[in-house]
Amino acid sequence: MTERNTMKIAIASGKGGTGKTTLSTNLAAYIAEREDVVLVDLDVEEPNAGLFFKGELTHEEEIYKMIPSWDESRCSQCGICAKVCNYHAVIKLGESVIVFPELCHSCYACSELCPENALPVIRKKQGTLREFSNQKLKLVESRLDIGEEQAVPAIAKTKKNVSSRHGGMRYAIFDCPPGTSCPVIEAVKDADIVILVTESTPFGLHDLKLAVGTVRELRKPFGVVVNRFGIGNDDVITYCREQNIPLLATIPNNRKIAEMYSIGELVYRHFHEVGEVMEHIVNYCINIVAEKPA
Amino acid sequence: MKEIVVISGKGGTGKTSITASFAMLGGQDVVVADCDVDAADMHLLMAPDFGFTEGFYSGEVAVIDQSNCVLCGICLKKCRFDAISVIKKQFVIDPLSCEGCGYCSRICPAKTIINKKRLAGKWFISQIKTGSVMVHASLGIGADNSGKLVAKVKNEAKEIALEERKDFILVDGSPGVGCPVVSSLSGANFVVLVTEPTVSGLHDLKRVYELVKKFHIKSGCIINKYDINPDKTGEILQFLEENDIAHIASLPYDENFTRAMVQGQTVIEYSNGKLTEILAESWGKIKQLTTN
Amino acid sequence: MKIAFTSTGTTWDSMIDPRFGRTENILLFDEETKELTVVSNDDIKNEAHGAGTATAQKIFDLSPDVLITGNGPGETAEKALKNMKMQICVGANDMTVFQAYDLYKGGKLKVL
Repeated sequence: MTERNTMKIAIASGKGGTGKTTLSTNLAAYIAEREDVVLVDLDVEEPNAGLFFKGELTHEEEIYKMIPSWDESRCSQCGICAKVCNYHAVIKLGESVIVFPELCHSCYACSELCPENALPVIRKKQGTLREFSNQKLKLVESRLDIGEEQAVPAIAKTKKNVSSRHGGMRYAIFDCPPGTSCPVIEAVKDADIVILVTESTPFGLHDLKLAVGTVRELRKPFGVVVNRFGIGNDDVITYCREQNIPLLATIPNNRKIAEMYSIGELVYRHFHEVGEVMEHIVNYCINIVAEKPA
Repeated sequence: MKEIVVISGKGGTGKTSITASFAMLGGQDVVVADCDVDAADMHLLMAPDFGFTEGFYSGEVAVIDQSNCVLCGICLKKCRFDAISVIKKQFVIDPLSCEGCGYCSRICPAKTIINKKRLAGKWFISQIKTGSVMVHASLGIGADNSGKLVAKVKNEAKEIALEERKDFILVDGSPGVGCPVVSSLSGANFVVLVTEPTVSGLHDLKRVYELVKKFHIKSGCIINKYDINPDKTGEILQFLEENDIAHIASLPYDENFTRAMVQGQTVIEYSNGKLTEILAESWGKIKQLTTN
Repeated sequence: MKIAFTSTGTTWDSMIDPRFGRTENILLFDEETKELTVVSNDDIKNEAHGAGTATAQKIFDLSPDVLITGNGPGETAEKALKNMKMQICVGANDMTVFQAYDLYKGGKLKVL
């Protein structure tokens, strides 16, 4: 099986706390009852998907970003490195060149434009990637070290890792970070389909509109799942209808569901209607991907 | 003048609804700063008038001037962000992927790549329903949420609070543990951590607290929807005690938060029940802990 | 001795700018020549990234013996400034440049 056959489903939202992880973990577990699936937690600042699974740790590796490192012995003091860095991550103080890893965006400009090769790039640890296995389900989780501020390179590395280790998987589900800023773009940009999770409240609707704007810019097919339906009002439903956005499912506002979630249980196993939602979503995704022009 | 910052680590714990309630209770003593710029929601509850608007520029984005392009392709080869591709025989830069590093424009032999200032969002100064001021913002799609817009919102709020001699700045902080949170926390006198009694809530609370510790700021915690899981609430209380974090309050699960939101109101205006009482007590406690 | 101040304005009566990286101006006072030089920080204060390190570079080029500011440099800028033989004094918030200089001479400012 080539990598092209993997169906990549991204689960995203504008607002945090709407139920992305609830959906991604339940969807992954549901699919894993029949087929191989990899669940990738790309919310590298607060990865939570792993809290819902027990599995064997099958792989661990460092996530790193590339930063320049000053080789004093080769430096001719020309100062080009400081001049070409748009982030002030490399500065020249007198005869010393200082690199600030936290500001570096790994563009390689200073390293490649240095006439003396005095700034070779080296690895800097940003966090850790762990893979857990439980029968047909693989969970890949990346966790940024506290103090590391750039999520984008870590997300990119994680996706590469999944492509190379699990390229043959039929399904890959990406649990994305909330919001619409660049980490979300990075998490979503390779997906075949995006599922936006929201709640039927004014905050939910407001942030859904931002998320819809984002996936439309990326020209991704997408659908909406409304969680905690019944609380708040119907404005989200009306919005989807007016915008011709596929409303894939609603998950009812049910205190028992919340309680199950609170102890880390997979709710679809306890609530029949949630199981049906999973079935419906999988079928929808299969149809969308099948319709895509080659 | 003291700065109170409300954060949560995890989204959906009720941070914004609770901060808005404090803004109501604080009234004219408080300047509000909505630093949750990626998905700002405070304005849905505070009736701001958007009196002042300004564009927010952050970083740059590269653009190829096709008229002088010699189609050498060096830019595509050098770009580390996969931002350049060939579309209809032209080299094109995708602004969503471009990180504004400027490398392509420096090495372009035809000198035909320009760096433009990137309009990353907008920020606003509004008068809100309490008669006080709120500084808020909205970040554009795909923007670099580096914390700079957060810093801008906070600094503007600070200036206003100093000018108008307000007692407090109340900040609705960013979720997560990245740059925007760091920016939200810098300069804070007191941090309010809002959490919920779930495995995710406790996990994210611990992570965001690691960050708070680095700043050495006094902090307190509000456990929202505590009755969803009394056992987990117990675990959280233990964590608070072990780490010298004040337990400000435990709020019961109450759909009035949402009913109020639907009306564009904070729960303080909507109902006068138990929730309002606990929130009022909490605000009193927070003020006390902040000024002592 | 050369003393640098982060300042919102261009004179002795201007208020100290509590920020470092995004300070409006840097004022440099040469105690020997009694000259007060103004260096605008306009080009840096609006940078998205690295304002602290860029301003540190600017300060380095002025080579002051003492830097007087309000809140102090952030973590990243502080690391940059440690490379300089320069005393950093903080806490000069809510006062004029002149008042800050006065306090400094009286040994009343906190040294980082």
